[in-house]
Amino acid sequence: MIAMTEAAAKQNNRWEPYVDNGGTSLAIAGEDFCIIASDTRQSEGYSINTRYDSKLHRDSFNFRTEKISLATTGYSADAKNKHDKEMHSHSIAQMISIIQYQKRFFPYYVFPILGGLDQEGKGCVYSYDPVGNMERVGFQVYGSASGLIQPFLDSQVGFKNQQNVDKTRLLSKQEAYDIAIDSFTGATERDIYTGDFLEVYIIDKDGIKKEVRQLKFD
Amino acid sequence: MNSTEILNLKNQDVTENGTYKHTLQPIVTGTSVLGLKYKDGIMLAADCIASYGSLARFRNVQRLHPVGKATILAGSGDMSDFQHVQNLLEGVMLQEHCFDDEQEIGTKSIYKILSNVMYSRRTKVDPLWNKFIVAGIENGESFLGYVDLYGTTYQSPVIATGFGSHIAIPILRKYAEPRASDLTEAEASEILDNCMRVLYYRDARSFNKIQKAKVTSAGIEITEPYSLSTNWDFAESIRGYGA
Amino acid sequence: MFRNQYDNDASTWSPQGRIFQIEYATEAVKQGSAVVGLRSKTHAVLVAIKRSPNELASYQKKIIKIDKHMGIGIAGLTSDARVLSNFLRTQAMNYRMTYDRQLPIGRAMESLSTKAQENTQNYGGRPYGVGLLAIGKDSKGPHLFEFNPSAITPEYYAYSIGSRSQTARTYLEKSYEEFQDLPLNELIIHGLKALRDTLPQDKQLDVLNTSIAYIGDDSDFTLIDGEKTQTYLELLDSSMDAMEVE
Repeated sequence: MIAMTEAAAKQNNRWEPYVDNGGTSLAIAGEDFCIIASDTRQSEGYSINTRYDSKLHRDSFNFRTEKISLATTGYSADAKNKHDKEMHSHSIAQMISIIQYQKRFFPYYVFPILGGLDQEGKGCVYSYDPVGNMERVGFQVYGSASGLIQPFLDSQVGFKNQQNVDKTRLLSKQEAYDIAIDSFTGATERDIYTGDFLEVYIIDKDGIKKEVRQLKFD
Repeated sequence: MNSTEILNLKNQDVTENGTYKHTLQPIVTGTSVLGLKYKDGIMLAADCIASYGSLARFRNVQRLHPVGKATILAGSGDMSDFQHVQNLLEGVMLQEHCFDDEQEIGTKSIYKILSNVMYSRRTKVDPLWNKFIVAGIENGESFLGYVDLYGTTYQSPVIATGFGSHIAIPILRKYAEPRASDLTEAEASEILDNCMRVLYYRDARSFNKIQKAKVTSAGIEITEPYSLSTNWDFAESIRGYGA
Repeated sequence: MFRNQYDNDASTWSPQGRIFQIEYATEAVKQGSAVVGLRSKTHAVLVAIKRSPNELASYQKKIIKIDKHMGIGIAGLTSDARVLSNFLRTQAMNYRMTYDRQLPIGRAMESLSTKAQENTQNYGGRPYGVGLLAIGKDSKGPHLFEFNPSAITPEYYAYSIGSRSQTARTYLEKSYEEFQDLPLNELIIHGLKALRDTLPQDKQLDVLNTSIAYIGDDSDFTLIDGEKTQTYLELLDSSMDAMEVE
């Protein structure tokens, strides 16, 4: 996609204002929890800029996380803490969509995933495209290794390719956690833009637990 | 101004399609700058040349610029844009001085201001054509950050821009990064000298007149320009290229 | 009936060199319930009395958080205070976003002052009818500032505003010198003692009408309201008992 816009920019004798810094993020919603994870590598071409650049942004005033994968050109979304109250995750979800659509004709080149708990305490994941199309989903992966991880999640979380199973079954916390970890260890082997460290947030009624794990350093 | 007026302008800043043409390439450029964290703080290195294309145009340019008492800005890329940023930050520091309230602006704030400037200029599609390293100490903590013409930012124990990101980074990652917290000043200095020497051998836009700077709890220190020892004996054995 | 010729707007001086609109606004502050502020080397504290217009209504909020490191106590027109607190919150947030750092409280007060001063010089405008006590911290430690309708923002060791606040100031003037090295709990107790002095005979401090807030070198702005004030009110009672024994 970036290559296409780059070619168009050259043709129009214009400077291309987007870069792709790689990286992968995923989120899985469960019955009463949500798991959201990102690697921390930031790259440019074949160079690794840094091994620790967090792509997970924890909301500063409640316990839900907002996550931005493919952070291209530095994007910050500080929600206004105007009301002395916690914002509900669906309100934050809608807000992200609006912020993105406001720049419909010069988009923020980011693929956000928002993960948390909804008003009933159920796990929720919202996924977006760069211009603010929004959908509540059961799981989502975006970024440089999405092509590697998506089919794995389709099979193991969505049971899409399986027969004689209950396709509506939601994973247990341990199952979802293991699948998130396996997705990244697997992707790190083949995707040069994914690696270094893995940040995992486990969100449930008790709050947010953050974990940092080592991925391959090569 | 409407689009027909723009199209009718015989202005070199407007393209055939009526879009504005801003900086499309840097003119007078500085090559790589390097930075690393070590035991007592941060150390930076840069050479003293500003090139005009392949011409070694200005050979006594300082590219390590102090901002305030504990921050250094190292700039590569377009030198006029670098000077513009220097002026801009001087303005900020002057404003801060005028508050006269003993609230000192730190490295992280300077980095944030610079990042905002760089990102907003890229968003206007009129970038400042630079890659910067911001280094300093704030509240006893050392800081080493990067920001470029896209507004991309990152922090790392070792950073190099331009050609240095290919040639110096492997050296810095091997010798400096794993030992960042116990590297002595002499060791840090030697590693940077070695990086600058390899760059001088390999980067045709580099120059053997360099400066180093450090920020420690004692403040900023920028060395006078000096030269590295080199050995060109191997050149004798090279055949081709007109020899 | 006597009618003052020089109080129609804030841009007209009286021959005695007074601007009556400002003085009237200052009177509005004196009608609000009291707020007391005080600080030590490590902490700054606000205590305030909340009022409720009648038994069916809730108590009006008196202490407002501005940012992690800053908060205000208000006396006077609550709706004016809301405008000013929104302004301060916006300032604090913008400063965070441009400087990656907390807005120094002295600068917050300066910008507030600049904003409020305009209301005292323009025809058709009116001064803000509210007084504030602001606590906050910066690299130099905790601070206590006052803001009033004349738009000056002095810094204090201890101060009080609002109705009958002179009695609280009398208490503070007598005891402020010992505040410097006090721990947080004792500082709060001193604040509550000063605050209680402002109450009329038939009123008491209780969990419904008392608000406490503090900030410290190692703690963010913290507001204590409702049942949570119980501990401090008990501490206040026991310290008064101890005084009587002496």
